[in-house]
Amino acid sequence: MKNPIKRYFPIFVLPTLIAFLIAFVIPFLLGFFLSFTEFTTVSNAQFVGISNYIKIFTEDATFLNALWFTIKFAVVSVLSINLIAFTLALLLTRSLPLTKLFRTVFFMPNLIGGIVLGYIWQVIINGVLYNFGYSITSSENFGYWGLIILMNWQMIGYMMIIYIAGIQNIPTDILEAAKVDGANGRTTLFRIIIPSVMPSITICLFLTITNSFKLFDQNLALTAGAPGERTQMVALDIYNTFYSRVGYEGIGQAKAVVFFIIVAIIALLQLRLTRSKEEEA
Amino acid sequence: MKLKILNGVYFLILLIMSAAFLFPVFIVLINSFKLKFSISQTPILLPNADTFVSLENYTEGIKNTGFFSAFLWSLFITVFSVAVIVVFTSMTAWYIVRVRSFLNSLLYYALVFSMIVPFQMVMFTMSKTANVLRLDNPIGIIFIYLGFGAGLSVFIFTGFIKNVPITIEEAATIDGCNTLQVFWIVVFPVLKPTAITVAILNTMWIWNDYLLPYLVIGNDYKTIPIAVQYLKGGYGSVDMGALMAMLVLSILPVVIFYLSSQKYIIKGVASGAVKG
Repeated sequence: MKNPIKRYFPIFVLPTLIAFLIAFVIPFLLGFFLSFTEFTTVSNAQFVGISNYIKIFTEDATFLNALWFTIKFAVVSVLSINLIAFTLALLLTRSLPLTKLFRTVFFMPNLIGGIVLGYIWQVIINGVLYNFGYSITSSENFGYWGLIILMNWQMIGYMMIIYIAGIQNIPTDILEAAKVDGANGRTTLFRIIIPSVMPSITICLFLTITNSFKLFDQNLALTAGAPGERTQMVALDIYNTFYSRVGYEGIGQAKAVVFFIIVAIIALLQLRLTRSKEEEA
Repeated sequence: MKLKILNGVYFLILLIMSAAFLFPVFIVLINSFKLKFSISQTPILLPNADTFVSLENYTEGIKNTGFFSAFLWSLFITVFSVAVIVVFTSMTAWYIVRVRSFLNSLLYYALVFSMIVPFQMVMFTMSKTANVLRLDNPIGIIFIYLGFGAGLSVFIFTGFIKNVPITIEEAATIDGCNTLQVFWIVVFPVLKPTAITVAILNTMWIWNDYLLPYLVIGNDYKTIPIAVQYLKGGYGSVDMGALMAMLVLSILPVVIFYLSSQKYIIKGVASGAVKG
């Protein structure tokens, strides 16, 4: 018997499929192909083998600088965001007054767009540094810590919500039983709460790592890479290679491919690692 | 007794953290009423008789950025893109779950795969494609958002649909409903909470999106993030007063949206993540 739903393919799937092909699949495959060519407009592409890839790691120093800066940024922000978000989630699941209001406040910055966030913090950081005769673009360190503060301010609330949902899913009788057995706060935290919220930890780590690596708007608005290109992250470096340097489009596309591979590897490794932890627990 | 003190300390920590979280928005708000030259030097101070400028920064900023038109374009693109995404990806997800075939699995995995690909990978080629196909206008960009939003949205919908029993649908078919009626009358009402999650996650993304609309339609149509970046990124000295006012005006709709549908947003984020 033929499934009657099948006849409805043109209505149910085709619009999504065509949009997906045009917006993602074709650009993705074309981008992969163009990374092996030299071009300014797509139609004049000349095949050059892997020379674009070699150039990224040899004569064009901006990519490796940006990659290193991104890694330093990601490590610190992922740790701080998740630690603070998890702590706040623990506090907000106790029976304290005003928890709803606190939750509302902590989540709010997440809804503000990256460009706007970047300028908000630029004004504040510049205002503080002005007293010492500096601005945010005076030193690489100012931009670095500025980005970390900004990212924490934006992401903590989101992760906190996910952790709260995880903590609230722990059956209360398990916690009660632990209390009856005389488990102290620390034992309850490390033996019951953390193992039970492992799925939330997986998703939060995944989200914070990939978001830190892909950060663009905030980077553009806060420092735009200044001083020099020292606070430029990978996404911004790729953008500038495409749009501020004529004749570097092929190199920009090769950088994008490398960037994609790095993000994909991190995502897969991280998912596998925490999934195995989940099974142990 | 000991617990009471401990809870008091925790409450105090939360109070201080909330103040720290609200502080940046407060700073921008007070500075939007200050003389532009006093902003970069003393951003922490409240405006006084010398520096208070009333709504001057607002009128200036609105004029320079065309804020109202940016607001309307942002609203237009976000509302219609989200509606199109919810309608079409829910149908696609249902079809993929109900019709098992190799091609459907392939489509599903391609969609999931697209979620981890950074935008920079397709940035240049996508904007060229959009240009060639004449999708570089506010209607065309809705179609592009459908393609980009499909990954996460289909993923969330399929996760939910897998647990929807097929028996009601079969009963509806026997009662003479065609497939479209089965989906919209029987299935979609069950999907409503998931549809709200999908709508919220996509709204948060599209409303704030900068690079995609900048590359595709930025020359002719400015959304709010593009207008703000344009004000700051332009050559010459930046009018800090106008910038502050624009930041406030950009945050305002978001805060109103948040406070009016907070329940759904928090729930959407929590359930969207659990399924991820």
